[in-house]
Amino acid sequence: MVATVEGRYAPAFHPVHALLLGGALSLILGTLLADIAYARTYEIQWINFAAWLNVGGLVFAAAALVCALLGLVPSRRTRGSALHCLLWAVAWILALLNALVHARDAWAAMPMALVLSVLVFAVALVSIFFAAWPLRAGGVR
Amino acid sequence: MNRLKLVAAACATVVLAACNPEPGPLQHGANPELPEPKRGLLPSMKIADPSEWGDQVPVVPEGFEVRAIARDLRIPRQTLVLPNGDILVAEGRGGNAPALKPKDVIAGPIKAAGTTQVPSGNRLTLLRDADGDGEYELQTVFAEDLDAPYGLALVGNNLYVANQDAVVRFDYQPGMTQARAGKPQVLTKLPSEINHHWTKAMTASADGRFLYVGIGSNSNITERGMTAEQDRAVVWEIDTQTGMHREYAGGLRNPTALAIQPGSGQLWAVVNERDEIGPDLVPDYLTSVREGGFYGWPWAYWGQHVDTRVKPENPEKVAASITPDYALGAHVAALGLDFSSPVMGPEYAEGVFVGMHGSWNRSEPVGYKVVFVPFRNGRPAGDPIDFATGFRDDDGTTRGRPVGVTVDPRGALVIADDLANIVWRVARIGAAAPPPGPPPPATDQAGGEDTETVPEAATGP
Repeated sequence: MVATVEGRYAPAFHPVHALLLGGALSLILGTLLADIAYARTYEIQWINFAAWLNVGGLVFAAAALVCALLGLVPSRRTRGSALHCLLWAVAWILALLNALVHARDAWAAMPMALVLSVLVFAVALVSIFFAAWPLRAGGVR
Repeated sequence: MNRLKLVAAACATVVLAACNPEPGPLQHGANPELPEPKRGLLPSMKIADPSEWGDQVPVVPEGFEVRAIARDLRIPRQTLVLPNGDILVAEGRGGNAPALKPKDVIAGPIKAAGTTQVPSGNRLTLLRDADGDGEYELQTVFAEDLDAPYGLALVGNNLYVANQDAVVRFDYQPGMTQARAGKPQVLTKLPSEINHHWTKAMTASADGRFLYVGIGSNSNITERGMTAEQDRAVVWEIDTQTGMHREYAGGLRNPTALAIQPGSGQLWAVVNERDEIGPDLVPDYLTSVREGGFYGWPWAYWGQHVDTRVKPENPEKVAASITPDYALGAHVAALGLDFSSPVMGPEYAEGVFVGMHGSWNRSEPVGYKVVFVPFRNGRPAGDPIDFATGFRDDDGTTRGRPVGVTVDPRGALVIADDLANIVWRVARIGAAAPPPGPPPPATDQAGGEDTETVPEAATGP
C-alpha cells in the first residue's frame, strides 16, 4: 500500500477569520474557567472576570460571525461553511444569554452561568471543527 | 443541534417573559405577602421621565396647604428644623462605586436619566421665614465644601452633619445664618470605601449623648464580595463626647433614615431592601431598631427567608434574623422618616411620615409620594395614608421625588424633593401661630431630625 500525502491545503480560513475565531475561543474558554473558579470558591472576583471575558468573547465572536457569513458566498463556500456559520451563530446567541445571566448578582448567576459557559464553549468548538473540515478532507489518503 | 435550538428557544422565552409587566400585591404592615423569588434574564426597569412642576404642586390632604419654600437647590436630601424655626437643608450626591460588571456600565446612565442633572451641592442651605407668613424669604448657604452631607442633628450648640465619610461638628449659635469660617471638626470617620450606598442617615438620642448613624451595604446582595461589607449594613452608635463608636444593630441593608420616637426614646429606621428577586420582593420596611439586633442582610430577608444568592450560606445568621415591624412595600425606596406630633392635627397626631423616592426596577412604579403610617400605643397600626402625592403621573411624567421628611413643630411637614431641587412645606391651615419677635433661645432639642417637644403656641387646633 502506498500512502501519498496531498500537498495542497485548501485555505479554510482567511487569516483574519482565523484570528477572530482564536480570540473568541480563548475568551470563551476564559469565561468557562473563571465560572468554574467562582463555583468552587465563591470568590466574587471570578464571576466579575467571567462577565468581562464573556463580553470580550461576544465582540470577537460577532466579528467572526461576519467572516463566517462572508464565507457563505458561492466562490468561497466549503463543505462545512454553512454548518460552521449556523453553529457559530448559535454559540453567539448562547453567549449573549450568558451575558444576561452573568449580570445577575452574586450566586443568582449560578448554576445557569456555568451551564451556558460550557455550552458556548462546546458549540463554538464544534463550529470551528466544521470550518476546518476541508483540511481533513484533503489530508492523508 | 436540535437540542441546542431548543435551549435557545427556551431561553428566548424567558427573555420575553421578563418583559411582561407584572403588577402584584402591594404589601403593607406586619405580615406582608411574600411571593417566591424570581428573576428573568432582563430586569424590569421603568425609569422616571423628569418634567417640570410648572404651576403644579404636590397634592396634600384637606386642611393643609403646600408651598415651595426653596428652589434651585443642588440635590436636597434631608432637612433639620432648628429651634428658631430656620430650616437647614443638606444637599449633595455621593458614592464612588466604580462600574464592576458590564451591566453597571449599561445600567448606570439609564438610572441616572431618572434623577436630577445638577451637580452635587455638598453644602448646607439655611432657609428662614422671619415673619412667619410661610414665605421663606432668606435662602443662604450655611456651610459648603462638605462631602455629600445627608444626616443632620442638633444637640445643644453642636450641629452634627453626617458626610458620606465622616460625622463632622459645627458650632451653632441661635440665629446664625452662616457657620464660622474654617473646616468643621471631625467627630468620627465613617466607612466610605466604594460607598455603593453612600447616604449616612443620622439622628441623636433623646438625651443628646449619642448619635445614631445608618451605614448602608456596599452592594445589592454581596456582589462586591463580603470583604467590602465590613462595617456596612449597620447602625453605629457614636458617643458625642468622645467620638467613639460601636455597632448598635446590623443586617440593615440600607438604613436611609433614622428617628427617635418621642416619649420612649426608641430608635426607628426605614430600610431599603434588596433588589432583583422580583417586583414584590423584598418590601422596604419601617422598624424599631433593637440594640444588638440583626435584621437579616445579606443572608436572610423579612425575618428568616433565606436569600440563596449569598454564598457561603450562614444558617446561624439566618436563624438570628429579626422580622422587621412594618412593611412599606417593595422598591418604594423609603428615604425619609420623622415622627409626627399633635400639631399636625388629630388625624396625623400619632405616627410617622415616610418619604418614598420611588422605584426604578419595577414595571408598575411605586412610591413617589409621602405617606403617613399611623401608630397606636407606640406601634404602627393600620394602613399607610397618602399624605403628599402628585409627584408622578401614570404616564411616567415625574415632577419630583421625595427624600427627607421633617415635622416642623409649627405644624408643617418639610419635604425635600431631589429631582425638582425644591423644598416643599406642607402646612396645616390655621395650625401655626408665627413665632413672636426674635428667635427663641436654643433649647436642648436633641431629636435630630425630629422634635420631641411641641411648643405650646402650636398645640391648639
